Amino acid sequence: MHFLLLFSRQGKLRLQKWFTPITEREKKKVIRDMTILVLARTPRSCNFIQWRDMKIVYRRYASLYFCTGLDNQDNELLCLEVLHRYVELLDKYFGNVCELDIIFNFEKAYYILDEFLMGGEIQETSKVVVGTSIEEADTIQETLEEYMSKPAY
Amino acid sequence: MPAVSKGDGMRGLAVFISDIRNCKSKEAEIKRINKELANIRSKFKGDKALDGYSKKKYVCKLLFIFLLGHDIDFGHMEAVNLLSSNKYTEKQIGYLFISVLVNSNSDLIRLINNAIKNDLASRNPTFMNLALHCIANVGSREMAEAFASEIPSILVAGDTMDSVKQSAALCLLRLNRTSTDLVPMGEWTARVVHLLNDQHLGVVTAAASLITTLAQKSPDDFKTSISLAVARLSRIVTSASIDLQDYTYYFVAAPWLSVKLLRLLQCYPPPEDAAIRSRLTECLETILNKAQEPPKSKKVQHSNAKNAVLFEAITLIIHHDSEPTLLVRACNQLGQFLQHRETNLRYLALESMCTLASSEFSHETVKTHIETVINALKTERDVSVRQRAVDLLYAMCDRSNAKQIVAEMLSYLETADYSIREEIVLKVAILAEKYAVDYTWYVDTILNLIRIAGDYVSEEVWYRVIQIVINRDDVQGYAAKTVFEALQAPACHENLVKVGGYILGEFGNLIAGDSRSSPLVQFNLLHSKFHLCSVPTRALLLSAYIKFINLFPEVKTTIQDVLRSDSQLRNADVELQQRAVEYLRLSCIASTDILATVLEEMPPFPERESSILAKLKRKKGPGNLPDIDDARRHVNGSTEHSEITEHTKKGSTHPFDDPLNLSSTPSTGASLLVDVFSDSTTLAPVDVSEENFPRFVCKNNGVIFENQLLQIGLKSEYRQNLGRMYVFFGNKTSTQFLSFSASLNVHAKTVEPIIEGGAQVQQILNIECISDFTDAPLLSIQFRYGGALQNIAVKLPVMLNKFFQPTEMTSQDFFQRWKQLGIPQQEVQKIFKAKHPMDTEVAKAKILGFGVALLDGVDPNPANFVGAGVIHTKNTQVGCLLRLEPNTQAQMYRLTLRTSRDSVSQRLCDLLSEQF
Repeated sequence: MHFLLLFSRQGKLRLQKWFTPITEREKKKVIRDMTILVLARTPRSCNFIQWRDMKIVYRRYASLYFCTGLDNQDNELLCLEVLHRYVELLDKYFGNVCELDIIFNFEKAYYILDEFLMGGEIQETSKVVVGTSIEEADTIQETLEEYMSKPAY
Repeated sequence: MPAVSKGDGMRGLAVFISDIRNCKSKEAEIKRINKELANIRSKFKGDKALDGYSKKKYVCKLLFIFLLGHDIDFGHMEAVNLLSSNKYTEKQIGYLFISVLVNSNSDLIRLINNAIKNDLASRNPTFMNLALHCIANVGSREMAEAFASEIPSILVAGDTMDSVKQSAALCLLRLNRTSTDLVPMGEWTARVVHLLNDQHLGVVTAAASLITTLAQKSPDDFKTSISLAVARLSRIVTSASIDLQDYTYYFVAAPWLSVKLLRLLQCYPPPEDAAIRSRLTECLETILNKAQEPPKSKKVQHSNAKNAVLFEAITLIIHHDSEPTLLVRACNQLGQFLQHRETNLRYLALESMCTLASSEFSHETVKTHIETVINALKTERDVSVRQRAVDLLYAMCDRSNAKQIVAEMLSYLETADYSIREEIVLKVAILAEKYAVDYTWYVDTILNLIRIAGDYVSEEVWYRVIQIVINRDDVQGYAAKTVFEALQAPACHENLVKVGGYILGEFGNLIAGDSRSSPLVQFNLLHSKFHLCSVPTRALLLSAYIKFINLFPEVKTTIQDVLRSDSQLRNADVELQQRAVEYLRLSCIASTDILATVLEEMPPFPERESSILAKLKRKKGPGNLPDIDDARRHVNGSTEHSEITEHTKKGSTHPFDDPLNLSSTPSTGASLLVDVFSDSTTLAPVDVSEENFPRFVCKNNGVIFENQLLQIGLKSEYRQNLGRMYVFFGNKTSTQFLSFSASLNVHAKTVEPIIEGGAQVQQILNIECISDFTDAPLLSIQFRYGGALQNIAVKLPVMLNKFFQPTEMTSQDFFQRWKQLGIPQQEVQKIFKAKHPMDTEVAKAKILGFGVALLDGVDPNPANFVGAGVIHTKNTQVGCLLRLEPNTQAQMYRLTLRTSRDSVSQRLCDLLSEQF
């Protein structure tokens, strides 16, 4: 997997993750191309697009598009399920996740993704294991009482 | 604003995000952001030390601002501070910031590496994972250098937690992809392979990814993984779905791991060991069987996961290409998917069948689905699916169904999406040529192509039809008649005018007997299009007119009148004007005999690989290559990016001077059927002569190749990024060389096809250096001597240092620049033994010949040599400094090069160090 992008129906980018080194300029170009390409697709089109020498796999969940770029040998169908698993994990963490959760807790969305994917490869496929490790991390911070008494702004 | 469900909320951050979302305009947003940036800056600069929480909050805000697309130029230090916090969220935000905003500031990298080192040593799995993620996310060379040796030991240590092993495996994979050279293999190879046996399926999955990547690079080292992978796969496919507990995904047993193992096996040929092989065949059969079972769930996740494994298994079956029964079964299973209601499955079935079509075992089975595929082309609503259908039709085409497939593609072309038209045009053109039994069909097809999609018919396509018509006299009359009829359409595409002009100019006489297509009618028809055409087409038509003068003396005066008109003789375009003047003059002064000789019918073109095919290959080749002529990749079989383009010119430099004589790739002699889309080379290997190559590093003239028959001499001159090379081919024998050709793997024009005994012919190459490069171009030479075909390949001495301009500078300047080029990668140093006597004058001459200015009195030690120069490429200029220190006692040299580009330093050092 070369990258993962989350953007809204209006083309607003909500999350970007790059698994191969690429310049900022090139990133901007990929983001622009992807939003144009994916948003133009009609419903019930297939979820795969050939783009340059990559396979683009995308899927829409409510108002958000999840879009990834794969190597030519990668398995497209399974990639759809990688996206689905990520949504499941977000769901589990936020409890019925919505776009606003990802906007306001973007750092968590990145963190959950990191627990699940690394270098573009799937790290842990078990929902239970990923879930546990995320909760453990949360516990570390919740036991720190000082956090509770911090000033708000 | 939603309530944050867990963990600590950063209210300030939420308020800020909320404010941004409420901004009505871009200006308001920028204003709000600038206010926030000012606030954060003052907090960071303030006297009061910030506590961890505030630091985290502000760093997180900066991150948010950056992700909105604004530049962030401060806060890095605060983020790095967070790394050393022992509070998880602070550390996490610190790492996230570093991962997203990598800063090459070397001080910071040192601090970051330090923090990572501490976390790796912490034995706290959560912290270790964060650190490994950071390494993988940044993945820079510096990080690889710092940690590449440490991670393997974490991976294989017995007491490492499972989750850390997984991170370590993938982190290593990531580093291996970008800095292979830094990731040492060796003693831990066997233990990594052994991870495939691990209890924990998550560890096995991560390890399988890593091993696949490593095995692609050095398959022999990981051969032992085959049996382990087969065993593991077998256990998964035969397990009941509940056995694997949480690794069962929607009733499918460990789909990710299964797919990874199947991918790993694709790095190897079928297992040699019979027992392993039959166990693998069983696995594959089980997977095929399971796909036929009724679904255990109606959820799309279930069918996706199940079919993902099925498609991967089919890919492996195709890769092995050795079990006919499996191949045919796979083909039938895909056949069912062709009409599946899921668009995704139809798409993938079409795609996989394309590869099945190329296997001799399944080609016939694939062909049985032709009607379904044609139907898909007509009815699919999604263009990407239709594109796959086109690909499959192309792949399944052979002599038996070519007419049907070409007809279907042509009719689809009328309504095809613009994005894929050009490719379809190329495919139709190739199929029509490859399977043409009857060339009238070929001519009709190509003219139809031009009629339907003229704008998408590239030059290669119409050049090719002309090459074929000229080479086949049985089709010339038909071609003349057909283009004549096609030109009568009130509006016809300019490409048709080109083909028409060329063919009538050559073969108009074949239809001139019919009064409906008498010479005058033909001429008037062509000339009626003249004013609507572009300059290159007009130039071609003028050539057709002069050919008419030769073919049909009766229209001579008409044509002369046209040439004589002001719009021709005084045309603003210099090429058109020149043609008009010269042709008019030629027609007036030359006798009929001379005219007939000058304007004789074109000789047959040498047989060569279809230029269309080359173009399609290029289109299909890796798209990420910059503007390089990909042809070189096919010939050299290397994928190195060497960016150098060359063009050969003979006489005039006009782009449309003789537009048909193009040759971009040397004839491969390979059957068209082979290697249509693959990148691999099919050229029969010819030994490349490069023994004299190093001699040309420091000089420009000399003999590059010599055997009993042929001597090749070179003279070259360079200025900035341009060069010109004169290649002299000398026939050392007393006999003629026939069909002599010398083609470059880049772009070249053929030389005189015959070299008389004892004679010499010359070819001129113009060279332009686009950017720095390592590979030298290959000159392939073919000729017949006596009866035997001779094949010679010579590596032409075009090296990076040829594009040097010497630079004189003072001692002070030199040292100042030397210091500026202080980044470790910019310097390359080599210590080597002297191969020649260590003579100061000779060394000086060599350094000057290398292209740099020799700077006297710069180095405190007078025995040392110091030089400076600038490499000119089209894109950039690279300044280079060099220093050569001889040690006469030890008979050694130390050569140091500093340039602003590491690849340049390396290449120059390699070139020069071979000279002493």
